[in-house]
Amino acid sequence: MSDHQLLTETHMDVLREIGNIGLGNAATALATMVNKKIDMAVPQSKFLAMDEVMEIVGGSEEVVSCVSLRLEGDVPGQILFLFNLNSTLSLVDTLLGVEHGTTKELDEMGESVVKEIGNVLTGSFLSAIGTLTGLNMIPTVPMFATDMLGAVLSTSLVAGGYVEEHILTIETLLMEDHQQIKGHFFLITKEGALETLFGSLGLTL
Amino acid sequence: MALAKVNEEIQVGIADYKVANSPHRLITLGLGSCVGVALYDSAAKVGGLLHIMLPDSTQFNNVTKPAKFADTGIPLMIDHIKRQGGNPHRLTAKLAGGAQMFSGLDEKFVLNIGQRNAAMVREILQKIGIRVLAEELGGNRGRTMIFDTANGQVTIRTIGSPLKVI
Repeated sequence: MSDHQLLTETHMDVLREIGNIGLGNAATALATMVNKKIDMAVPQSKFLAMDEVMEIVGGSEEVVSCVSLRLEGDVPGQILFLFNLNSTLSLVDTLLGVEHGTTKELDEMGESVVKEIGNVLTGSFLSAIGTLTGLNMIPTVPMFATDMLGAVLSTSLVAGGYVEEHILTIETLLMEDHQQIKGHFFLITKEGALETLFGSLGLTL
Repeated sequence: MALAKVNEEIQVGIADYKVANSPHRLITLGLGSCVGVALYDSAAKVGGLLHIMLPDSTQFNNVTKPAKFADTGIPLMIDHIKRQGGNPHRLTAKLAGGAQMFSGLDEKFVLNIGQRNAAMVREILQKIGIRVLAEELGGNRGRTMIFDTANGQVTIRTIGSPLKVI
């Protein structure tokens, strides 16, 4: 994470702002999909140890669903969406247009719904960042898991090659009005990706 | 290591290990592709629990946390068990984790890391000459591992299944 150590407060501000713009767009997309108002917490940009990433979302044994997409192109990295179990079931109900409480467990259909949400949110996030920076970012097909948070999160980070003690994350919480749907978003970048990102905005690292 | 209260569970984080004497219990939460290694000397009633993330430290230039890797973490913990009164020749092992958590069509997403972790742990234990008494490896479920240094029992907790003692 050598290039990560060069980040100043200004860089962190820029990352937060990138998060704001991209995630604002993603939140709008989610609001349109579920036809409900979606609030977004102010995105945070931080270096976090894996234990701290976990604390943001919940306990290690909390059941979550996770959509993980890799980013290829100018800014290689990984995007993670994490929803706790109740939020996942609410999302599936809302998107399938069935009464709240209908979906009791995640079947293949539910899994596809959650993956598709990950796709749409990532697409709208990236298109906002792409417009801002002129960079080319391509998401891969989504990977999915649902289980204990600790198991899911550590596995996705290891599989993506993020094994440093601290990883730089841009994180926010998306929340539906009645708090029935709450989701965490994480963007993690590969070494060198940030330099390209800042360069596109006229900043050096 | 600070002395824990009797019977209190001592938590072992990711890429970490802890050693304890009877009657303490060691716990590590949410093993996915990671592997939990419990080593126990039943005569001295001392044991250690290790939570490794990756198989092989030699693939990395800058290893700051040896407990992250199977090849460096296991010897490190054995050393500590020895200092705490255990006999390395009496150690036996119980293993859990090494699951494949994710499904999907991204070919570059490394799916087999759990399998590689498990294979490396077995290989290293075999080289050192530590017998594996029981294991809960592979599959696609996350696991929590609770290791009782009073009797060497390891309890596995998974979502949606009853507790299993190995």
